[in-house]
Amino acid sequence: MHRRVIAMLGVVAAAIAGMGSARGLSGGVQFPSVQPGRMFQFPADHGAHPEFRNEWWYITGWLNRPNASPVGFQVTFFRIRPGFEEDNPSAFAARQILFAHAAISDPAAGKLLHAERIYRAGFGLARAATGDTDVVIGDWRLTRSPDGKFHAQAGGGDFALDLSFAPTQPPLLEGESGYSQKGPKPDEASDYYSIPHLNVSGTLMRNGLPQAVSGSAWLDREWSSDYLDPRATGWDWTGLNFDDGSALMAFRIRGAKQENFWAGGTLRDSDGTVHAFGPGDVTFLPVRRWQSPQTGADYPVETVLRVHLPAGDREWRLTPLFDNQEYDARRTGGPVYWEGAVRAPGGSGYLEMTGYFHPLKM
Amino acid sequence: MNRTVLNWIGTAELRAHPGRILLTASAIAIGVGLGFAVHLVNASALNEFSRGVQAVNGDADLQVHSVTPRGFDENLYPKLARVAGIADASPVIELAAQSGDVPITLLGIDFFRAATVTPVLLGRLALNSSAADSLSGTDGLSPDSIFLSRTALAALHKGTGDRIEVESGGKHALLEIAGTLPGVSGDENLAVADIAAAQWRLGTQGFIQRVDLKLADGADLGRVRAGVQSVLSPDAEIVTRQNAETRAGTLSRAYRINLDMLALMALLTGAFLAYSAQALSVARRHGQFALMRVLGMRRQSVLTEVLFEGAAIGIAGGAAGVFLGWGLAAAALRLLGGDLGGGYFSGTRPELVFDPAAAVRFFVLGLFCAVAGSVLPARAAARAEPAIAIKQVGDPADPRKRPGAVLPLVLLLAGGAAALAPPINDLPLFGYLSIALLLAGGIAAMPLIARVLLAPFRALRLPAPVDLALKHLWGAPGQAAIALCGMVASTSLMIAMAVMIWSFRNSVDAWLVQVLPSDIYLRVDSGDGDALTLEAQQRLREIRGIAEIRFRKNMPLWLSPERPAVDWMATQMNGHDPSGILPLIGKTVAVPAGAIPVWISEPAHWIYGYTPGQWISVPLAVQKRGQARKFFIAGEWRDYGRQQGAIAMDLGDYTALTGDQLRTDAAIDLAPGADEARVMADVRAALPPATSRNVTIADSRAIRAVSLRIFDRSFAVTYLLEGIAILVGLAGVAATFSSQTLARSKEFGMLRHVGVMRRQIIAMLAAEGALLGIVGVAAGIGLGLAISQVLIQVINPQSFHWTMDIRLPLPLFVFVAVALIAASAGTALIAGRKAVSRESILAVREDW
Repeated sequence: MHRRVIAMLGVVAAAIAGMGSARGLSGGVQFPSVQPGRMFQFPADHGAHPEFRNEWWYITGWLNRPNASPVGFQVTFFRIRPGFEEDNPSAFAARQILFAHAAISDPAAGKLLHAERIYRAGFGLARAATGDTDVVIGDWRLTRSPDGKFHAQAGGGDFALDLSFAPTQPPLLEGESGYSQKGPKPDEASDYYSIPHLNVSGTLMRNGLPQAVSGSAWLDREWSSDYLDPRATGWDWTGLNFDDGSALMAFRIRGAKQENFWAGGTLRDSDGTVHAFGPGDVTFLPVRRWQSPQTGADYPVETVLRVHLPAGDREWRLTPLFDNQEYDARRTGGPVYWEGAVRAPGGSGYLEMTGYFHPLKM
Repeated sequence: MNRTVLNWIGTAELRAHPGRILLTASAIAIGVGLGFAVHLVNASALNEFSRGVQAVNGDADLQVHSVTPRGFDENLYPKLARVAGIADASPVIELAAQSGDVPITLLGIDFFRAATVTPVLLGRLALNSSAADSLSGTDGLSPDSIFLSRTALAALHKGTGDRIEVESGGKHALLEIAGTLPGVSGDENLAVADIAAAQWRLGTQGFIQRVDLKLADGADLGRVRAGVQSVLSPDAEIVTRQNAETRAGTLSRAYRINLDMLALMALLTGAFLAYSAQALSVARRHGQFALMRVLGMRRQSVLTEVLFEGAAIGIAGGAAGVFLGWGLAAAALRLLGGDLGGGYFSGTRPELVFDPAAAVRFFVLGLFCAVAGSVLPARAAARAEPAIAIKQVGDPADPRKRPGAVLPLVLLLAGGAAALAPPINDLPLFGYLSIALLLAGGIAAMPLIARVLLAPFRALRLPAPVDLALKHLWGAPGQAAIALCGMVASTSLMIAMAVMIWSFRNSVDAWLVQVLPSDIYLRVDSGDGDALTLEAQQRLREIRGIAEIRFRKNMPLWLSPERPAVDWMATQMNGHDPSGILPLIGKTVAVPAGAIPVWISEPAHWIYGYTPGQWISVPLAVQKRGQARKFFIAGEWRDYGRQQGAIAMDLGDYTALTGDQLRTDAAIDLAPGADEARVMADVRAALPPATSRNVTIADSRAIRAVSLRIFDRSFAVTYLLEGIAILVGLAGVAATFSSQTLARSKEFGMLRHVGVMRRQIIAMLAAEGALLGIVGVAAGIGLGLAISQVLIQVINPQSFHWTMDIRLPLPLFVFVAVALIAASAGTALIAGRKAVSRESILAVREDW
């Protein structure tokens, strides 16, 4: 379950909600809802699904540098269909809004370095093409070449990324063959697949100096039209690549009392066996908390993740690359959340925690 | 020891004649004060305007703006965004709009782009608006939302959450006030909405009016400009904040500089007055100075003493002038507004901004004038032979010698030559130099002129007092010249201004008759904001009592980034024949077949160098390939209404080119016997209610009256300056007379001793005054006529780009002549009554 998009909708949510109350829901636009049993087709599903309300291409991972400690990174591209006044013939009409976020978790910096872009699609300056991955947002882009590699260019300010991602495994369909439920209602779901164990190569630019980097990454692809259940106040998500080739995705959605409101996940073993988890199969147990000096939010930065498998429970202790991987996006209309590189015994990945500063409201 | 003595002389002079020194100082103060006040008011008004520009522009690094209100092709936006060195580009719809009767500048922006390029234009969502019912935060992408500046909210008497109807170009949209624009300062009525909504509901599909640009860090502005320029179509141009300010400045610059110059003329009069006062004071103290010289004081010290006195007067006058200027500026801003009645910055009431640098400048100028006025007297005092001077108290000039003609002739010729020079930087600086030289030459020629003018009287048999007066003036030419110079300077300046204004007013009046041939005129004040649609035009045509109605489209068109927009007028002509509609001057050129003819106004000719017979490229209705259109200049017409220039074309051509059916003006001819008032009421009633609130409907007589009233108002400050100059001049004459008569008490005593009666002496003084007055008026009017020609033929065309027919205000000449002669005779009389007292009989005894 990602992620910030739903909160990042804050950038446009005011408008959408304003529309909703002012002239009926989304100006009468009908968004399709996600249905179970859908057949995924590639490369078409690597491309955009513009009829849905929201969609993302979400890459997280670790980068190894010569003569330096590894850093975490994320490059995330989002698409939103606000759905208002789609009859407006203006080329400026915001039929699709595209935004992207990139961040580096460098222990030496002790905080996240980040940059973002947001555009309305149009004029060739921003687009999310259908058919295959081809997302352009100003000078940022994410594409997929015929050889199957993904390429990302992003950055600004004090860093820039120019990375290629070579798949080593087939796409992993999350939930029930790609139908991933986020709440008790069948509508509260997304189409969701991941590509774990991407081999990363490319350049990380820091303060004007290029560094050759390599590493391992995780791509999440998700699209849907429905929001979280109104009772949800936040969520935790993790995606982990293990050294033996297995991959684990787990999430939980918290309710008003921080209880497990919904949960889910998938484990693909090194032999390719897929285990899907239901709401009762995933537990996040806080081990150590860290309070952000910037915002005062209190995050369980060290967590034991326990999943229920037919062969018995398995658990991993997730330890952060460093504590201060909080991002305060309030200045650009986003939420306050923690998203950072984590280690697990025999593997590494990313952990996202939202709703610890204020309950996320939909 | 020397210093002490000099101080003593100076202090003694101040103690003996405080009034005269005070008057000289106040003449300087008035000059400095006027100049400084005019400068302060202008600086404050420009400052206010510049803040307004900043508010609308949102403080972008660089801006590309359309040259017409219609805008340019929106596909320029991605091209600009891709120019190297551009970090981000923000497309903007900029429309003249209104809500109710409140004119509003409506900006349609892409909030995402504006967030990085012009964040001050971002609105803050109000908590009570429906758009805020959601997440905390931002921006109001909703097509229903509009954000208003504080000024606009106040003008509309609305609050956030209210709905307002906004109109532009005949389109309407009902929008909810979603919040305010906290980043917008100043008094601009500004509204911000989403660009797509603004384009669809109020703008033109496919067109935007501007793109704001943010430079990449460290980008070279020059290179980026060149890159931007290379992708621009002719209907778009680069605008920086400086450009916009320059444009505003250009519009009023000539007017401001001219006011400044007039103020400096007042200061010049002050300098002449300082001269005459110092010259007299030196003449009276010849004995004193001679005595000091005999006692061992050096020539240099005498020179220093007199210059020091001049400087003291200058410091006092300059300092007082700065305070006076500050007060005058504050009062003028309150009473006349930021343009001093010139009509350039309508509606703004700027805050007074003190300018220390200018204060110092004007203070130094005052000091300089006072010292410069003292130079000649100081040299005269230093040069005098002590042995002769110690005995002599009379006029140092030898009456047997004919006064020199070389210096005045050189000055006058130089003045004439300066008038022929071209403008510098669009300003008639040489014209003003010419006026100053003519003035100096005229005053230098005063002794000679006095001789020439008085010579005919010597042949006449005159009553004894008058004869005595004549002989005195003849015998003491230097003193006569000194007494006259302040008066001649102020009179000639006044006459020159009066001739210019009278000629101008008559030409404007004649022009108004020519350019307003119809009975009733209608104008949409908000321009395109609420122009007449086809439907409205049809309704107007159907009104009973209208014999003919001719519509016109007026719009601003930018031809140069540095200059204000010309007024582009598309007007109904009978088959390309503008005679009867435009006051044509010069010859008309035959239009080549297939050409689209335009007619340029006189200012457009001067400003852009256009001449009839020429082809010009104009960014009107730019063709698909991005080429500007060619138009043929078929003729030129006189225009006093649009100083920035105007170009007229046939309405049919315009509509064919642009497809634009909106009209901003209409001229109505009444059917015979129609009731004018009734038709005007019907016209107003036939308009849509919103439009009807924003139109001016007036009959041509009323327009003429209003125009002339505006004309008079804009010259009100000029009249004020002139009046003050005259008063200063007269005060100079009075001061000169009183000090001269006091100095001549020994002479009066002698006359009494030889049997001349007291009454006769007073009559003699009155006659002297009257004779001086005659000489002064004659010289002043002559010099004034010469200067008026410089004003009319040089300064007006060079700074305002128009010409006029010369008319002489003869009644005013008579009035000025009579008043000045009477005033100078009167002051001489009053001074004489005081001087011819019993002591004068005793005074003759005092001798050494």
